[in-house]
Amino acid sequence: MAARTLYDKLWDAHLVQQREDGSALIYIDRHIVHEVTSPQAFEGLRLAGRKPWRVDSVLATPDHNVPTTVKERASGVAGIEDPVSLIQVKTLDDNCDEFGIVEYKINDRRQGIVHVVGPESGACLPGMTIVCGDSHTATNGALGALAHGIGTSEVEHVLATQCLVAKKMKNMLVEVTGRLGEGVTAKDVVLAIIGKIGTAGGTGYAIEFAGEVFRAMSMEGRMTVCNMAIEAGARAGMVAVDDTTIDYVKGRLYAPQGELWDRAVEAWRDLTSDEGAHFDTVVTLKGEDILPQVSWGTSPEMVVGVNDCVPEPALEVDAVKREGMERALEYMGLKAGQPIGDIKLDRVFIGSCTNSRIEDIRAAAAVVKGRKKAESVKQAMVVPGSGLVKAQAEAEGLDKIFIEAGFEWREPGCSMCLAMNADKLGAGEHCASTSNRNFEGRQGYGGRTHLVSPAMAAAAGIAGHFVDVREFVR
Amino acid sequence: MKSFTKITGTVAPMDRANVDTDMIIPKQFLKSIKRTGFGKNLFDELRYLDEGKPDQDCTGRPLNPDFPLNQARYQGASVLLARKNFGCGSSREHAPWALDDYGFRCVIAPSFADIFYNNCFKNGLLPLVLEEAVVEQLFAEMYASEGYQLTVDLQRQQVETPSGQVFAFDIDEFRKHCLINGLDDIGLTLEQADAIRAYESERRQSAPWLFDAVKP
Ligand code: SF4
Repeated sequence: MAARTLYDKLWDAHLVQQREDGSALIYIDRHIVHEVTSPQAFEGLRLAGRKPWRVDSVLATPDHNVPTTVKERASGVAGIEDPVSLIQVKTLDDNCDEFGIVEYKINDRRQGIVHVVGPESGACLPGMTIVCGDSHTATNGALGALAHGIGTSEVEHVLATQCLVAKKMKNMLVEVTGRLGEGVTAKDVVLAIIGKIGTAGGTGYAIEFAGEVFRAMSMEGRMTVCNMAIEAGARAGMVAVDDTTIDYVKGRLYAPQGELWDRAVEAWRDLTSDEGAHFDTVVTLKGEDILPQVSWGTSPEMVVGVNDCVPEPALEVDAVKREGMERALEYMGLKAGQPIGDIKLDRVFIGSCTNSRIEDIRAAAAVVKGRKKAESVKQAMVVPGSGLVKAQAEAEGLDKIFIEAGFEWREPGCSMCLAMNADKLGAGEHCASTSNRNFEGRQGYGGRTHLVSPAMAAAAGIAGHFVDVREFVR
Repeated sequence: MKSFTKITGTVAPMDRANVDTDMIIPKQFLKSIKRTGFGKNLFDELRYLDEGKPDQDCTGRPLNPDFPLNQARYQGASVLLARKNFGCGSSREHAPWALDDYGFRCVIAPSFADIFYNNCFKNGLLPLVLEEAVVEQLFAEMYASEGYQLTVDLQRQQVETPSGQVFAFDIDEFRKHCLINGLDDIGLTLEQADAIRAYESERRQSAPWLFDAVKP
């Protein structure tokens, strides 16, 4: 057989039917559901009198709308103050009950952001096809799985048929060679990649992240990178399976056990691209060249190193791009040529499916430890990705480190990543955020988001402006 | 699903690149559990001068006079002319729902983000890719003549300008077929139920761990 990429292998293994026009039916192993993109899908099933094809392949949890204060969470769904959010979370509960879907409800200790819960519970495994009505499903590709976001009609389609109508994407290899410098993290790597290829660079591709940097990276880091494949335009990002993957999966709630585990591991060992496999596009970065990144604009590709300045639109030759830059600067209230370190922060948000796993919380805590939040920063919040992450962090005493520094320690959920709950930016406020999108209004009407790593966000919260975390911790 | 065969409609501009789905329909409106009613909040942050709230009556809200959809010449538009990478960002199907609910039947752009592109077809909305130079020309013609209309013929895969110039476009056969006939994807897939079951039983043998039930 010809040499195949990891993506080719995952695709081939899930192909139910290939149609002449290039579209295909592919089988879906795992379906994760949250409250925002599913109500209309369940409604559709009901109206057509259909039932889920394989109900035990589905796992649900509410995340986007759930409040993150202890007070609002105390009385469960009924305690959600925003009546519209309450209806949406309640609707998920009702639909899961009606159709017999397992749901980690609002105050289940396993509840959390879908893309944190999936891998953490072992519901998402190497070699699977995984979908969720959410573009950041790509996160699961870190396991060596084919995972991508789908729309609500597709949620209904997968519920009803266990399949997705899809067309095979092209293969892109993003290789990061060498080693990362001290203080440079997975988030900086992915921001640097997006800065290089642009937010449409991966459109039509499945990206495999390869090279020494990813081999040395933890699973949490790989998830951060795959998470933002979508910000690079790709529906799916993935990393080949190695010992790190297998060690991570072992012992998780839904991971196979005993003899089945051994068989699974043997199969998973093949989840790598063959020597000589063909990639339609190859992009290479040097690990040593990557510096801590900060986004200055309203698109994730608008990033620079922390010691750089806000770029000059006048130097951009492409007119559409130049206009975009000018508009971004106006929205962000920044001037061309201004040093990144001069940007003052009003709020800090450490959380989201990009950076809310235990390793992220540890990295932020290490910076914050023994220091105090800057007076000028109105709020610095830390929102763990799931109840289990929260429990782990508390067992390590990390919550206390944050609280002593004047940071808030919250209940798990999407929170200020997209501000569908009460956590949001005010108009004109600058936020150092570990999330993945800096679009206009994303974190609140008129809010200004700067995407950074957890350590960089923590350091900014202490200093009150952006600082190079490498200098800062010294 | 609504079928799409051929339309002639007024063209409105969305003249910037990388329009994301947060811009098409901001998140506060995603709290609805319905599929309809999003049209009044399409491009909410650009269209109105105040901050939109879910379930609000929008008739009294201050309009941004600079935004094309608020201008008399673009009223009743059914074709949206846009720039590169339209629909990037979140997978929310509320974006095509909002465009459809507003009255758009077709979006023309040099390129689209993958998930948005897919979602359009599930909702009878045609995302149509034309070369950048052609899109540029259409923008110029549209700005130059008020009430500018295009005819989009899916059957013949062509767009026709008022002066009779014709541009061909590509589209998947299967998608075209579904759109023209207003076919429900799920029904079509369920016709293949035997193939799905056959695949499943083979996989249950070769990779049984994939079939472990999610337990409470
Ligand atoms: S944390 Fe943010 S990006 Fe992730 S699923 Fe939630 S809203 Fe989406």
